[in-house]
Amino acid sequence: MKKRYIIQYAFISLSLIYLNGCTMLGVQPWERDLISKESMSLSVDDLDASLDDHIYFSKEGTSGGRGFSAGGCGCN
Amino acid sequence: MQLAKFKNINALLATATCSLFSNTVLATPLMNASDNSDIHNDNSWKIDTALMYYAETDRVSALEGIIAAKKDFGEEHILSGKLVFDTLTGASASGAVPQKTPQTYTRPSGKAQYRTPSNTTPLDDTFRDTRLQFNVQWSQPISEQDKISTGIQLSREYDYQSIAVNGGYTRELNQKNTAIFTGLSFAFDTLAPEGGRPVPLSAMVVDNTEGISGDNNISFKDAFEATRQQGGENTRNTVDLMFGVTQVINRRWIMQLNYGYSQVDGYLTDPFKVVSVVNDQGDALNQLHENRPSERTKHNIYWQNKAHFDEAVFDLSYRYSFDDWKISSHAIESKLRWPLTSSTYIQPSIRYYQQDAAEFYTPFITDDQPIPEYASADYRIGKLTTMTFGAKYLQELENNHSWGVRMEYYIQTPKNAGFEAVGQLQDLELYEEVKAFVVQFNYSF
Repeated sequence: MKKRYIIQYAFISLSLIYLNGCTMLGVQPWERDLISKESMSLSVDDLDASLDDHIYFSKEGTSGGRGFSAGGCGCN
Repeated sequence: MQLAKFKNINALLATATCSLFSNTVLATPLMNASDNSDIHNDNSWKIDTALMYYAETDRVSALEGIIAAKKDFGEEHILSGKLVFDTLTGASASGAVPQKTPQTYTRPSGKAQYRTPSNTTPLDDTFRDTRLQFNVQWSQPISEQDKISTGIQLSREYDYQSIAVNGGYTRELNQKNTAIFTGLSFAFDTLAPEGGRPVPLSAMVVDNTEGISGDNNISFKDAFEATRQQGGENTRNTVDLMFGVTQVINRRWIMQLNYGYSQVDGYLTDPFKVVSVVNDQGDALNQLHENRPSERTKHNIYWQNKAHFDEAVFDLSYRYSFDDWKISSHAIESKLRWPLTSSTYIQPSIRYYQQDAAEFYTPFITDDQPIPEYASADYRIGKLTTMTFGAKYLQELENNHSWGVRMEYYIQTPKNAGFEAVGQLQDLELYEEVKAFVVQFNYSF
């Protein structure tokens, strides 16, 4: 019984810490100098990624992740 | 200037998420917003092009070209489109086991044969196709925090065609440090393989007397036709669902976490692949046309991180996939973008991929066991490890154009998933490595 309460308290405490942590994530508008660079875009190498994904889609058993996994291609 | 930067980060977040809805179509419109340009004032079309040559040692080679165009009509009302052309030629592993004596096989068309030398992985050398694909995507804000996108993709090749539609929704939160998104895609594919779809697990008919061409071989033609499906399923439908979060962690770190669900129904068998039936000496008695389940449910978890060091930018991503065919995989990829000058950079990259075999994968079937309901010897759904080593060089020109060159070396290493080779197969290479070289040129203007 005691153990159950400890687990519950631990879970609630961790949740509160996590939620608090989320609100602390991020930056103020004046701190966006680096993150707004083109090189920091998550899909800056988009054409390269689509060509790579086509290779991996046709040569491996699983695909997707970055986008939809449907290939529209008979290569697999 | 500060305002421009603020717009850029919003654009970055929104576009990173919207790009999920079309694989790649939306990805670049706002991504090219640099510190010195506010793309919201740029009403011209942005064109990105790429040409890639892919060549495997003694097997497939491919040439693929892409032209992508996009335009912001103001206030993030963005139209983008992409045209893809690719052509493939060469030889592909048929799934049959190698033998110590030369073997003769019937081509999937039924109109000719090919012969595999002794001690060699059987390769069907008639692999040839040309594909044309077209995407168009539209995205726009519907409120200060919300954005929607929709698109269509058409793809056509000699024996395969596909149409897909997608829609997505993005919401920005937490002073635009967080973006959550969801997207839905439907794809409808139709297959018409040359020679038709084989009857599942029927034995390949081989004419061992004389050439198969000509009208004298009526009996062979009848036998071949008996291994072809007359009706049945020739379509493949896919529903994709995605959820994701993009989060700015701090001034130097941004990350994205996606979950993807995919349901595929229809003809999922490869009509060109076979499985060998062997006796206890490892002699191939015949080749059965493979058979896969007509449904597959896939799950993907994808996590991407970007970190800005003093000058270099590090990209690290990980994907875990699993499905009800019991294929699970891990893919980890990293890139380091290292500026050489203010207008050039070099980017080495490395990727490691590992997958477990599908539950119905088998490199061969022994004749003392019953034929299973599903069987495939396609090494691509067997146990497999791959590595990719790459490097890219890019130079920005004074007129805001840029050019780049990229090279990759790709190694596939199929593994034994726990099958015990019998007879002569113990002395033969059942899991042959495949090596490929990729070279690619990019030009943007």
